[in-house]
Amino acid sequence: MIRIENLSKSFTLHNQSGVVIPVMAGAHLAVQPGECVALTGQSGSGKSTLMRMIYGNYLAAGGSIMVGDVDVAKASPREIIRLRRETLGYVSQFLRVVPRVPTRTVVAEPLLALGIPSDQAHARAEHLLEQLNIPQRLWSLSPTTFSGGEQQRVNIARGFAHDYPALLLDEPTASLDAKNREVVLSLIEAAKARGAAIVGIFHDEAARDRVCDRTVDVTGFTPQRAA
Amino acid sequence: MTQDQPLLSVRDLAKMYGGRIGCTDVSFDLWPGEVLGIVGESGSGKSTLLGCLSGQLAADRGQILYRGRDTRQMSEPERRLLSRTEWAFVHQNPRDGLRMGVSAGGNVGERLMAVGARHYGDIRETATDWLGRVEISAERIDDRPRQFSGGMQQRLQIARNLVTSPKLVFMDEPTGGLDVSVQARLLDLLRGLVRDMGLSVIIVTHDLAVARLLADRLMVMKDGHVIEHGLTDQVLDDPQAAYTQLLVSSVLQV
Repeated sequence: MIRIENLSKSFTLHNQSGVVIPVMAGAHLAVQPGECVALTGQSGSGKSTLMRMIYGNYLAAGGSIMVGDVDVAKASPREIIRLRRETLGYVSQFLRVVPRVPTRTVVAEPLLALGIPSDQAHARAEHLLEQLNIPQRLWSLSPTTFSGGEQQRVNIARGFAHDYPALLLDEPTASLDAKNREVVLSLIEAAKARGAAIVGIFHDEAARDRVCDRTVDVTGFTPQRAA
Repeated sequence: MTQDQPLLSVRDLAKMYGGRIGCTDVSFDLWPGEVLGIVGESGSGKSTLLGCLSGQLAADRGQILYRGRDTRQMSEPERRLLSRTEWAFVHQNPRDGLRMGVSAGGNVGERLMAVGARHYGDIRETATDWLGRVEISAERIDDRPRQFSGGMQQRLQIARNLVTSPKLVFMDEPTGGLDVSVQARLLDLLRGLVRDMGLSVIIVTHDLAVARLLADRLMVMKDGHVIEHGLTDQVLDDPQAAYTQLLVSSVLQV
């Protein structure tokens, strides 16, 4: 479902005397449907960079990133928008929403964007919010004022609203209590069972061992520094 | 028309002000349901570009194909019909887009009459429905826009523009000059309307936060040229051009 070959990335800082910072070279990764792969490596080794490149948030310098039949490294914005709507979900660590939109609608949005009728989309959203123990009295409020843990759970609910064939998870269990962590892990297991290909970053080792089939250390994709 | 044809195709568009460049070498495609943001500082040419695209300014060169027809070759009546029916323009200042001496209901109803609606009861009913959609209470239908707050005036302007179900909407800084809380409400409203009506939108803004929340794609302009063009979050999070990097890094973090 996801196949990355010979991927490279560098940042050019035009406003800091044009410094070029190579951050990735020769990266490769393949994830089958129903498989969950954890990216590992120290902080700053490029885990998030790789995730962002798969999502099309960072531009690739070279190589290919196939998600289904779309090469994210070369696709037009329009193809990536469609890929994100239908195929590729992303649970980031930060919730970014229009202020004032009620939580239940924030969660239902990915379904509304697919043209699913409002009542069905909202019913699914409410079911997920209930599973993730977000109290019902908060559903009609904007999540912008929620606590960190609540925002993260709203983010997770939103990421799991549509059954994406491919999912990117950035620290999905960070800042969650034991009960909610368990809910999130079972959501991940259910996604695997229905055939989703998942790439994740998990600092929570027990969680990683439980849901991931294997790990890939991204330190191996760090370009050799010139001496 | 299928989803696989652009609604608007622009090629090599240019507009000069004497020897000075308004905008030049602009080419892009806009597909149905897409929101394109044009960002840049004051004087970058973004409003000139919007003016040329919407037919309010005459371009000097290039093609603007709307559903395959070059709007620069159309007759004036043809173009006027288009801007009354399939197009809409939301101005930064609601006073430029509203008739201040006519009631709220009249402002919305007038647009319906311009496309042939004649039944008073139907017009008033549709107008009331639209006032509700932009969160203006039906009790205010007979009030004049000058009795409204800035945010309400802007929502009324949006209702007036969208009541005829346009396909393509041009917006010039629609949230400019509004308080942030009012801006948020307007952004939420616009997003819902774009999604539910399948609108294509070209929105000019200097506010990158507004661009991030509304636009699917961004064009960054400087000195009349398009400096960078891509997926909104990619342009903002991994800007390639020196100017875009400067623009993004200049935003104050809240």
